Parts: sequence; structure tokens; C-alpha cells
Amino acid sequence: MSANHLSRALEWVRRLSVLLILLALCLLFAALSNRFVTPANLLTVALQTSIVALVGIGLTFTLVGGGIDLSVGSVVALTGALSAGLAVRTGLGTYPAILAALAVGSALGAVSGLLVVRGNIPPFVATLAMLAIARGLALVYTQGRPIAGLDDAFKFWGTGTLGPIPMPVVVLAVVAASAHFLLTRTRLGLHIYAVGGNEETARLAGIRTRWVKLTVYVVSGFIASVTGVIMTARLWSAQPNIGTGMELDAITAAVLGGTSLFGGVGGIGGTIVGAFIIGVLSNGLNLVGVPSYNQQVIKGLVFIVAVLLDFFLKRRR
Amino acid sequence: MSAVIPRLQMKGICKSFPGVQALCDVGFDAEAGQIHALAGENGAGKSTLMKILTGALRKDAGEILLQGQPASVDSPRRAQLLGISMVQQELTLIPYLTVGQNIFLGREPGWHLPGVVDQKRLYEQARAELDKLGISVDARALVADLSLAQRQMVEVAKALSQKAQVIALDEPTSSLTERETETLFGLMRALKAQGVTLIFISHRLEELFEVADVVTVLRDGQGVGTARVQDVTPADVVRMMVGRELGDMYPKASTPGSEVVLRAQGLRRGKDLRGVDLELRRGEVLGLAGLVGAGRTFVARALFGADPVESGEIWLEGRPVRMRSPEEAIRRGIGFVPEDRKSQALFLALAVRINLAIRQLQRVSHFGLLDFSALDRLAGSYVQRLGIRTPSLLQRVRNLSGGNQQKVVIARWLTIQPKVLILDEPTRGIDVGTKAEIHALIDELAKQGVAILMISSELPEILGISDRVLVMHEGQVVAEFARGQATQDAIMHAATGGGNRVS
Repeated sequence: MSANHLSRALEWVRRLSVLLILLALCLLFAALSNRFVTPANLLTVALQTSIVALVGIGLTFTLVGGGIDLSVGSVVALTGALSAGLAVRTGLGTYPAILAALAVGSALGAVSGLLVVRGNIPPFVATLAMLAIARGLALVYTQGRPIAGLDDAFKFWGTGTLGPIPMPVVVLAVVAASAHFLLTRTRLGLHIYAVGGNEETARLAGIRTRWVKLTVYVVSGFIASVTGVIMTARLWSAQPNIGTGMELDAITAAVLGGTSLFGGVGGIGGTIVGAFIIGVLSNGLNLVGVPSYNQQVIKGLVFIVAVLLDFFLKRRR
Repeated sequence: MSAVIPRLQMKGICKSFPGVQALCDVGFDAEAGQIHALAGENGAGKSTLMKILTGALRKDAGEILLQGQPASVDSPRRAQLLGISMVQQELTLIPYLTVGQNIFLGREPGWHLPGVVDQKRLYEQARAELDKLGISVDARALVADLSLAQRQMVEVAKALSQKAQVIALDEPTSSLTERETETLFGLMRALKAQGVTLIFISHRLEELFEVADVVTVLRDGQGVGTARVQDVTPADVVRMMVGRELGDMYPKASTPGSEVVLRAQGLRRGKDLRGVDLELRRGEVLGLAGLVGAGRTFVARALFGADPVESGEIWLEGRPVRMRSPEEAIRRGIGFVPEDRKSQALFLALAVRINLAIRQLQRVSHFGLLDFSALDRLAGSYVQRLGIRTPSLLQRVRNLSGGNQQKVVIARWLTIQPKVLILDEPTRGIDVGTKAEIHALIDELAKQGVAILMISSELPEILGISDRVLVMHEGQVVAEFARGQATQDAIMHAATGGGNRVS
């Protein structure tokens, strides 16, 4: 019993500690740079964070379901390019182009999912292949050059506002709320936890585990394509090289937020806090003048710390 | 007999796994309102038969009839729809879902929107199911926060909530206390009165005779016979199970020496260990009794160097030693058979010979290269000596029965010629035949001078083969009995906190 109390207490300490880390980072950068706490900069942080958070939400689904999706960054680039290309080059119109990009993102997720459930390929292998394929397709489609010339309706999703709130943040709020609802209040959500927690039990409970696992990758692909569209709208153009290394940021955000790399544990709220930590960190490091090469090293270290924390708690259980 | 169509008939069921014929032409009939027990040694095929009944495994041949109608049970979902559910032998709840979510997993009550779960109704219904069983567990608690026994009860509630007409219970009592077991039996009788058919698997013959109406005995994947429980004796059933007369269940020929091999003083760590002293003599079997959670396993793990202690001293053959790691303990001649062999002792996907000889790989290598013929000679000699039943040395240990798996673990420690062997629940979940063999082996080792510390929750076992018994309660040794002085009552009295609770 005492072990239970201890681990429960630890769980709370950790939940709070993630918030404390965030607070400490904010205080640190506020002290180090007088440009940190300015409306313009905080807006930048929110915008940067919303991208990491969105992709992190997709990863939370795959991680909780006992898998992983390494292809998110490439899918962001490919769907961003497609949405811009279809809108600008084909005259399809902005919204049909965006919808088509979302459909392609979901379909790519479905392909990864099928490789996992039908081909019995480990998730990291299947999605690593997808990482290469989607990035390659993005480069092929764009010929390696940006696609510009978006209309105002498209740009609105990146640079417009709803009241005072930038659209990317609005989109994040909507996606996060739906994702949280889906995970905690629907049958599918509970089944994702079940499959990630103990697949055999889930199967014996009559859950169609393959279907659940497939869905998780579709959700991840869909959210990645939403992110692709938002990023394209923010930059006013599609960039074939965006999203490189994004999977690390997203996984770190999820794991910092308490989502386990071993499946069955996690949630959206934690991922968002985790994403804010990463957003504040990279913004603050920029302000303080840490070169971006060094930032890579720091991000890797942060990831290790997050994973160690996860392992540590796992062992206490 | 032919007037009543049985609720459930299994006929001519066959199932083979790679290299093993698990079931061959097995069948039985079970009627409505009947508790039908399946008995047999581990590996006899009981669990396989139940997995086929509940759709977790597919049969190779044979048929299943429900009310005389052929039923195709090809998936767990299909079995549920046909009114067949199962309480699993191994705990299979999802740790990070709540109790209520686990009970209704796959059958969550829907809300107005399709796909959305009605939380309120889910917890109300879960509460009702738990209340029916008298289980005092919060329906909103995370399963990860429950004790083992609580999880087992939730598991039962989950199966019963499915309104099944046929319920298979595979070793449901293995981690329950006596009181919880009684609650479960009361519930089983109530279900029987409602006309539900229960298939019950237990290794404890007493339980089987207490609650079952009919018993079907399996041996080596074949049906040996079916009898009404009132017409047979436990000895008859055991004879059917093992196919021969069973020797003495608790052989005892060894006598302890006088030399103290292992001495521990003041082992402490938080609430787990609150100052434990013990002495273990050459050739002695020291029984360590107590309730689950009393700290017995922590003592074993501390002596073996598996967990650190905050303070305390250990002497081995009179010299003070520190046990900083299992590796260090093993080097000093201590072996440890943990309570959960599957997750703590065995490499399930590896061959018997590797599992057995894992401590001796250097001895059977030349310049770092394994000499497989030497490995096989070594492993083969122990397989023969301990009578480990395996088709070959290359068989994956996963495919062995529990009793034979346990023998492999014990054999591993025999390869290091241990001075001290610590056994944590050495016969848990092991059939009677192998159990007697393991008891005989313990006695044999003690005779050879090995000092043995045996943790067991089975009092007859503790009383049967220990030279001395220590009883633990809340992290402390609270009583000591010499062989002959110890009784079940005295041990339980001490284990539950001593004088102030007993009349």
C-alpha cells in the first residue's frame, strides 16, 4: 500500500514539476533577456508552441496506443506542399486543396498503420520508412523549391486572428479539446489505452485491436497534415524542408507531459505543457543568443531527461 | 441422461502447438446450474481447453455445442455474444484505465452521441457489479493503484458482469486470501442457483471438493474421466491426475547442522523492512511465513543483493559481507528462485539449455566461443537429474509447463553449487505431482548441506518441510517456531499481528 501512495505522490510531484520546470524556464529567460516578456515575443512563443503541440498530440495517440510515429515531420512538409501546390497551381481553390491535403495526410497515416497491423512491422520501422518516403515525395512534388502565391483565405489560417487570438492557437485549442475528449470520453479512446496497456487483454475483451491501432496512425497523419497546412499558411508559402527533426520535439513534448514510451499511459494536457517547455526553451535560447547548432545538443539532452523521468516512474510502479 | 440436453458440450477437442500435442480428443458435458471442475497437472491442457471454449485459441478439431446446437466460437468477441466469458488465470486488467472502465472494456455503455461513453452510467453499473460481489474498491480508482487481490476481484467482477451463461474461471483464487476466496465461492454458488454453468480450474483440491459438483480430470492432453465429486475422494482425483500413486507430499529426511551459514542482523528499509534478524544453518530448511505484503520477499531480495537496504549487516560463514548486487551474492554461493518465474527468472523465448546453464556459459566456452556439446552435456545432466519433462534441450522454455519451468530455475542454481538457496513461493501454481518432486528435491539439497530459506504462503508446505519457521508481520520477524511446535493456528496468529487480535 505504501508503495502505491508513494508512486501516487510521485506522480503528483511530477505533474506539478513539469509545470514548475516551465515556470522556472520562463523566469530564467525573463531574467536573462528583457525581450522575453514582451507581447510580440510571447505571441511568437505561442505560435511556435502551437506547432509542436499539434504534432505532439498526434504522437500522444500513437504512443498511448503502444506505437510511435516518426514520420510526422515529413508528413507536415508533404501535406503543406500539396495544399499550397493544389491551391496555387491547379486552381482547385483553397479549401478543396486544404481538404485534399488533409485526406492525403490521413491516408499516409493509414499506410503506416496498415504496415504495422497487417505487415506486423514494428511501428518505428514502418514510420521511419514513411519519414523517408514522405520527405522524398515533398521534394519531388516541389522540385525542392518553395511554393508561394497563396490567397488571403489560405494565409488567414496562419496569420489571421479570432479576436485577439492567432488562428494557429485557435486550431490548437480545437484539436486539443477534441483529442482530449476522444481519448477520455469515447469508446475508441479507452480502447487506445487498453491496446497500448495490454494488447492481449484488449483482444480477449473483444476489442478489434488492429482497427484501434490503425486509427491511431490515421489520427497522427491527420493532425500532421493540419499542422502542415497551418505552417504553410504562416510562412505564406510551402517549404519542402520544414518539419525536419520535428518528431523529436513532439516525442519530447509528449514524454515530458507524462506519456509513456511503452504505451497505455498519457494524455493531451501533459503534452501541451511539454510543448510549451520546448517552445519557451527554443525561443529563450534564441533570445539569449545560443547558436542553433548548440540548441540541437540541448534538445537532445532534454529528451534524455524526459525519458529518464519516464523510466524512473515506470520502475517505481 | 439423454432427457436433458446439457448446457455445454465439448467433444473431441484437439489442439497442437509446434512440437506439442496439447489436447487430443478431449471432451466433457456441463449442465445448467452446475459447477464443473477441471483438474489435472500443469501442462495437462486445462487452460488450453478453456481458451478454446472462450475463443482465445482456435481448436484443430472437435466441436462445441451450446444447448445441443453447434456453436462456432472463433473469437473472444463471438464467445461473449454466445454468453461465454472467462476469468483469466493471469491478471489481465489494463493498468491505466479505471476499475469501471476495465469492467466494461469493449462493452462501454453508450451516450447520446455514437461512440461516446456515458461516464455516469458506466460508473453506476460498475458500482453495482462490485457491490454485488461485496468488493470494496472504488470504481473510479486506477487499476495500477490496486493490490493484487483487489485486481483479482475486479477481474471476477468483469467476467460476471457479462451476464454469461457459461463462465470459465481459471485459477481465480491463486492470489486471493481465504476470506476473499470464501466470498468468491459464495458468489459462485449464487450464480449456480441462478442456472449459470461454471467451469472451475484450481490447483487446490480442497477448493475443488468444497465448491464443485462434477470433476473432469485431464492428463497429458487427454481426458481421464469425469466423476461426481461426492463419489470420489481427493486421493482418487490425484491418482487420476498423475496416473500413479503419489508418494509422500512432504518428505523429510534431512536434519540441520549446527554451523550458521548465513546471518543477517537489523535489515532495514523504510516500512518494507523494519529490523530483520535471522540465522540460517547448514542443511537447514528455514520456512518464512507471513501474509502477502509482510515483507518476506523484501528479506529474500535484500539477502540476494537485489534491492539495497538502508542499514543492516550480513555474515556469510562468519565473515561480514555486503550484498551490493545479485552478481555479488551469486559469486558468494547464494541462489534465489523468485516468486514470479516468468518475469523474474526465465528467458521465455530462449531454449531450456540456455536458461538452465546461463550461469555456466563461461565454463562451456573456449576462448569466448560456446561449445554447444559441452553445454548440452551440462544441461542434459541436470534435466535428467531433476526429471525435467521437455521434448528437447532446444525447446523454448515458454512451452514448458509451470512445474517444469520451475525445475529449470532451480537447476540453474544447482549449477553454481550453492551454499544458500532462497526459494520464494517455490510451488505456487504448480501441480501436485511436480510439487511433491520439488519438496523432495529441497529435502535432498538440505541433506547435502545446502542452507535453504523458503518463503511460502501455503502453511502445510511450511509445516511439512521446514526445520524451523519464522513468521513475519509488517516488516518484522514476530515469531519463531521449531519443527513440531509450529501449528497453522499459531503461525496465522503471529502473521496477523499477534496477541491482541486472538481470543
